[in-house]
Amino acid sequence: MHELSIALGIVKIAEDETAKVNAAKVTKIELEIGVLSGIEIESLNFVWESVVQDTVLERAEKEITVIEGRGKCIDCNTEFDMENIYDCCPKCNSNFKGILKGKELKVKALEVI
Amino acid sequence: MCGTCGCGTDGNGPTILKPGEHTHQAEHHHHHHDNHSHDHSHEHKHKVLEIEQDILQNNAVLAARNRGYFEAKNIFALNLVSSPGSGKTSILERTLTDLKDEIPFYVIEGDQQTLNDANRIDALDIPVIQINTGKGCHLESDMVYDAVKKLEIKNDAILMIENVGNLVCPSMFDLGESKRVVIISTTEGEDKPIKYPDMFHTSDICIINKIDLLPYVNIDVDKLKNYALQVNPKLLFFEVSATTGQGMEKWYKWLKENRINS
Ligand SMILES: Nc1nc2c(ncn2[C@@H]2O[C@H](COP(=O)(O)OP(=O)(O)OP(=O)(O)O)[C@@H](O)[C@H]2O)c(=O)[nH]1
Ligand SMILES: [Mg+2]
Ligand SMILES: [Zn+2]
Repeated sequence: MHELSIALGIVKIAEDETAKVNAAKVTKIELEIGVLSGIEIESLNFVWESVVQDTVLERAEKEITVIEGRGKCIDCNTEFDMENIYDCCPKCNSNFKGILKGKELKVKALEVI
Repeated sequence: MCGTCGCGTDGNGPTILKPGEHTHQAEHHHHHHDNHSHDHSHEHKHKVLEIEQDILQNNAVLAARNRGYFEAKNIFALNLVSSPGSGKTSILERTLTDLKDEIPFYVIEGDQQTLNDANRIDALDIPVIQINTGKGCHLESDMVYDAVKKLEIKNDAILMIENVGNLVCPSMFDLGESKRVVIISTTEGEDKPIKYPDMFHTSDICIINKIDLLPYVNIDVDKLKNYALQVNPKLLFFEVSATTGQGMEKWYKWLKENRINS
């Protein structure tokens, strides 16, 4: 359950950033999570409440933007949508590809007071 | 506490010990969950911080620091990952026994609890540090950083880092290793690579262990390899038995050839 570590990482970032601007708490946090990032959003939601307790994120609204996966075939240059990290090129079936999008795991913005 | 693999938030930090050292478990704290009301009072001034920060950045920064240290000292560092019981420690034991006269080895053992694996390595007179992650289900770069400081590794050595037995969580955490080695045993079924693709995607080497059991288990090794190659076409395979020693020579050859220009 690495989502727990991820949640703790998010709390650390939020604590650091609010301290930098002398804010008291976070009212909203915007996350970007790619479908190929290895994070299950359900699992993250599952641990969230207990992890944010007694932190600046305790009452923050959480907004998650899911980034769809996209890859580019190294053999034939076709760009294609990816649901899994092992999806192959739909045109030539090659497994060699670059991942263009979908690995994101980011705190995009914090709304603080 | 999480249902998937037993992690919880009432976490004590990891403990990092040499065999023979002692620790005292900190008290566990149990939290209760109240249902929060999301009251957004707008009397205060809200301010938006567009920080665009990668959540894994802290881990990445220390991993880079580990990697720089390894490179400067020409240490070949391997991160061994697998499900519990695939044979990480057994492969280490045989490798260390066979090569320790030729190559200086150091070992970092990651487990949630116990010094068992470190004691198995210590019995071979190899310097070893045990990291107990408690409820944590993977090693992170800061734990390796602390363990490495304690190990005082000599130049030109091989550092074996045995991660916590878990085919999911360790995949996301770069430790600063030179190569990542995923181990799968013949008793696990050939579709593991597509069930747990992230681990195979991020590994360089795949060791298929327990090939002595092939006559007794129903597994198609070629199919396993094809699934793994579908996830990661660059994977290099070794088929071994840590128990009988079969196939280990090829693995040793690879170790010797690759540690020089790691
Ligand atoms: N038959 C057979 N058994 C093996 C082989 N390698 C390991 N085992 C057995 O598999 C079991 C688990 O081996 P370990 O080396 O402790 O596995 P591990 O991956 O280190 O386990 P954790 O650290 O708990 O995740 C032990 O009972 C070993 O004796 C092998 O090549 N063949
Ligand atoms: Mg072990
Ligand atoms: Zn193609």
